[in-house]
Amino acid sequence: MNELIFFFNNVIVAGVVLGSIYAVGAIGVTLIFGILRFAQFAHGDMMTMGAFIAFLLMLGCQALGISVPFLPTGFLVLPVAMVLTAIVALGLDKGFYAPLRKRGARPVTMLIASIGVTLIIQGLIRLFFGSGTSSFFETEQKQLIRIPVPLEGGTRTINFTQPQVLMVICTIVAVLALHLFLTRSRLGKAMRAMADNADLAQVSGINTKLVVRVTWVIAGSLAAMAGTMLALDVNLKPDLAFNIVLPIFAAAIVGGLGQSYGAIAGGFLIGFAETAAIFNWSVLLRPISGALPFEVPTTLAVVPTEYKLTVAFVILVVVLLWRPTGIFKGAQT
Amino acid sequence: MIARRSLVLFAGLFVLFTAIGWVLGAANISLLLVQSFAYALIALGLNIQWGYGGLFNFGIMGMLMLGGAAVTFISYPVNAQFWGSEGPLMLGKALLAVLAGFALVWGARHAEHIGVRGRWKTVLTILAWIVAYIIYRSQIDPAAAYIESAAGGGWIGGLGLHPLLGWAFGGVLAAGVAYVVGKVCLGLRTDYLAIATIGISEIIRALLKNMDWLTRGTLTVSPIPWPVPGPQDLQSGGVPIADSFVYARLGFLALVLIVLLVAFFLIQRAYGGPWGRMMRAIRDNYIAAASMGKNVTRRQLEVFILGSVLMGIGGAMLVSFQQIYDPSAYQPINHTFLIWVMVIVGGAGNNWGAVFGALLIYVTWMLSDPVSQWLFNGISSWSTDIGWGPIPEIQSRASQMRVFVLGVVITIALRYAPRGLIPEVVKRET
Repeated sequence: MNELIFFFNNVIVAGVVLGSIYAVGAIGVTLIFGILRFAQFAHGDMMTMGAFIAFLLMLGCQALGISVPFLPTGFLVLPVAMVLTAIVALGLDKGFYAPLRKRGARPVTMLIASIGVTLIIQGLIRLFFGSGTSSFFETEQKQLIRIPVPLEGGTRTINFTQPQVLMVICTIVAVLALHLFLTRSRLGKAMRAMADNADLAQVSGINTKLVVRVTWVIAGSLAAMAGTMLALDVNLKPDLAFNIVLPIFAAAIVGGLGQSYGAIAGGFLIGFAETAAIFNWSVLLRPISGALPFEVPTTLAVVPTEYKLTVAFVILVVVLLWRPTGIFKGAQT
Repeated sequence: MIARRSLVLFAGLFVLFTAIGWVLGAANISLLLVQSFAYALIALGLNIQWGYGGLFNFGIMGMLMLGGAAVTFISYPVNAQFWGSEGPLMLGKALLAVLAGFALVWGARHAEHIGVRGRWKTVLTILAWIVAYIIYRSQIDPAAAYIESAAGGGWIGGLGLHPLLGWAFGGVLAAGVAYVVGKVCLGLRTDYLAIATIGISEIIRALLKNMDWLTRGTLTVSPIPWPVPGPQDLQSGGVPIADSFVYARLGFLALVLIVLLVAFFLIQRAYGGPWGRMMRAIRDNYIAAASMGKNVTRRQLEVFILGSVLMGIGGAMLVSFQQIYDPSAYQPINHTFLIWVMVIVGGAGNNWGAVFGALLIYVTWMLSDPVSQWLFNGISSWSTDIGWGPIPEIQSRASQMRVFVLGVVITIALRYAPRGLIPEVVKRET
């Protein structure tokens, strides 16, 4: 029983948490690709920037003495951080991407431009915050939730932290809100139309400039949410999201670029695959080792822990070989 | 007009290098030059893949690492303890396991000859891959553990041959891996190819970094011998210490330039000939080219392999020069994106542009650290004078400015010269 609880903690809980972060990040990437038809590499740094804005706001709240008893201050300032990051995202588009789009730049030029934006944001963040690590939980405690399992042989508890619970709730709320927006509202339908065929959408009277601006707002706010959630789960570093921008792209592509639901599916697929691949499966086989005809080795992980990042890419390459544009058949430039 | 512009740009670059040499000294400028020209060779490789072939190869880092591993394996002295122990035998068994695994998968893929088709064949192929992986792990894990222990010698060591052979082997190894990668990935379009190649280069990095028995992983391998007499050899020959560094580096530079010139000459001739026209036709409109009877898939694979060979040789040159092979020092930003920036800013599709971009961007990249440190020190002393106190952690903050400056350079270049500073010359029929 203990082994099952260990499995649940290390694979299911960890997979849900990682999958939520990947999913929220991948939705932003896939929306921008669907509407604007280029891979926005700076999404990772928008996530980091959102996390730093939330950190600054949290410090401000602590200085002013604002706090809520059952919620970490990081979550309290999240809506404001999302709004601010959305504004910065709009500024990025206006300053860096719109002039290139107006000139009819090729997708690879836009990709390199987004790499340039990534480097500028990274440089500025490191310049102002240094390269060290900070934590959202320096003054307040991260609340651990332990649920004892009342079944036989269960001495271990199911562990997760309060930020993780809030993270999953936020992801569900964001996904539901996005779904309702895309299907019920007029602007959402306009976005879907523009993702399908931009010229036809413009001809039928849709305000494509407004749709582009709304896309950046949504992408910016989701990036802020993903970045803050990640920083609340681990800690805040300048290269926080640069490390996971590649798995997020992998998740978006696995689901199909331009398909929001595909991005969610891809995010959770890769999240669970990563945690399942580095899990030591021999732990589950040990209780029944007497009944097995062979000896259970001490470590039976699919890949050693150092290769965690490669799992996302192996899945990506395999999925792309099976379905060249992703599971839900995504778009191309 | 482009010819005149490129002359002006190259003249400006020459002036810049002379100014830097005058400020920093001959030893430092020769170091910068050697590395810039090695990167120029790599940029030429990317120019073949992107400028001629239209392929989004973002896995340059993987090819550079393979080149470095190749030259380390060829030119590092022999590890006698490894060859005397059981290590080679166990590695031989692991190699047999790999071959057996490949045979198994090949058999499963051709199972229709024994009557297995469709969905059952897919199941059989997946089973074959899983069994092959298990067989491989069962042989390689004990072999790796043994070699890494003291009895096995720590790692497999090198072959002790001449580094130039190592450079050539770097090209060969890169070509082999590029063949496999190309067969797998080249069917994908544009952005998908980019992310797939990034993924594969990350997999290569993880493998080379963690296979301590092959590359010593994070323990790094050094010193790797030079193909020309190094500073120590010149010093023992009686040359004063300060001059020995300059002369040795100039010797290395001469070798690098010879390789670069040969490659450049061959590629320029190919560009002007029928092969170059065919590649550009495929790049511009592959459907029309295919309808004219060109085998698009094979040509794209060819171009991918050719570019990768140059990248492998360039990576080998860099590792030879730095005399240390450190798999964890390879970062996508330094080794993939930087080269893409070199080609895009310099001019994709134009070999002169690729070389110019490589020299300019590399010099900018390397100089942003000391220049921004000098700038920050100046601002810090000014702010101390007016009472605000000095800027903390100047050292680490200044080194981060490299990243910022590169981003600004990319943005400005793309804004004002989106086709590159020396763009491709498209001949028009008049």
